[in-house]
Amino acid sequence: MLRSPRRSPPRVRPLRWASAFGRFWWDFLVGDTPELFVGMLIVLAVAAALGGAGVAAWVVVPLVVIAVLGLSVALGARRSGGT
Amino acid sequence: MTSSVVLLALAVFLASCVEMVEALTIVLAVGVTRGWRSTLQGVGAAVGVLAVLVAALGPAIVTYVPLGVLRIVIGALLLVFGLQWLRKAVLRASGFKAKHDEDAIYRKEVARLSAIPRSAGRDPTAFTVAFKGVLLEGTEVIVIVLTLGITAHRLGLAVAAAAAAVVLVGVTGLIVARQLAGVPENAMKMGVGLMLVSFGTFWLGEGLGVGWPGRDLFILALIAGYGAACWLMTARLNQVREARAALP
Repeated sequence: MLRSPRRSPPRVRPLRWASAFGRFWWDFLVGDTPELFVGMLIVLAVAAALGGAGVAAWVVVPLVVIAVLGLSVALGARRSGGT
Repeated sequence: MTSSVVLLALAVFLASCVEMVEALTIVLAVGVTRGWRSTLQGVGAAVGVLAVLVAALGPAIVTYVPLGVLRIVIGALLLVFGLQWLRKAVLRASGFKAKHDEDAIYRKEVARLSAIPRSAGRDPTAFTVAFKGVLLEGTEVIVIVLTLGITAHRLGLAVAAAAAAVVLVGVTGLIVARQLAGVPENAMKMGVGLMLVSFGTFWLGEGLGVGWPGRDLFILALIAGYGAACWLMTARLNQVREARAALP
């Protein structure tokens, strides 16, 4: 929800902007789905570990991505009271 | 023009359309309720800030960040962003999450803005709400434009695709005014999510030394594979929902 404009003292503004900037990126990357951010880190780790392994990497990495999505979707459905 | 370049332009165009529809909902609500002068000034200021961001960040990132690092960071960013879109699209398609209703959002914004008293001259509420709405939705477009455009060395094409989407949604918005609910937003979100996750997986893998068979063409295989997985997830959740509904 967008708020009405509010004035703040000039000294406090940089802090508010920094805080808003940090909050924006937190919402953007993590938000209400921290499992997806953690899942992305797992994909990153798997790809880094298997990067030079030839066949295994291009099969395993997309499968890990699907597993992360499946887990997050299942959690989302459970949170909404469905499963 | 290779298939990956066409996909890139399509991904940027569709993602920009989705975000611009959301921004247009806010702008229309503000303009109709508070008047157009301050609203359009807010929109103009936000578009100016976004243009400066692209002009400043695009060349700076290309010049100073090594390509390998860029691919990993951008791949990770696209992956997490695309997964968020796909998750929402699957949950909405299976009825576990309410569809994004632009008409309901519009009505809510109009009611909220009507309650705020108006001042003489420039309306700071109209300016700020329009500025924030366009800036927030536009920032997501900027992230997609910069990430996809830079990794594929096609920043100009990505900017052009986003600009085409802005013009298309803007003109359509002027013609159909408030009929935004007719836009198949969830289907578009699913399509864009598939492309973002596929590009993200591809670039992240490229940066970390994964050898994709067929090089860029493997992006199509990723889209197909992820699409099939989403279809299966949606079908499974539909089964669960129907089984729950059938219970006494």
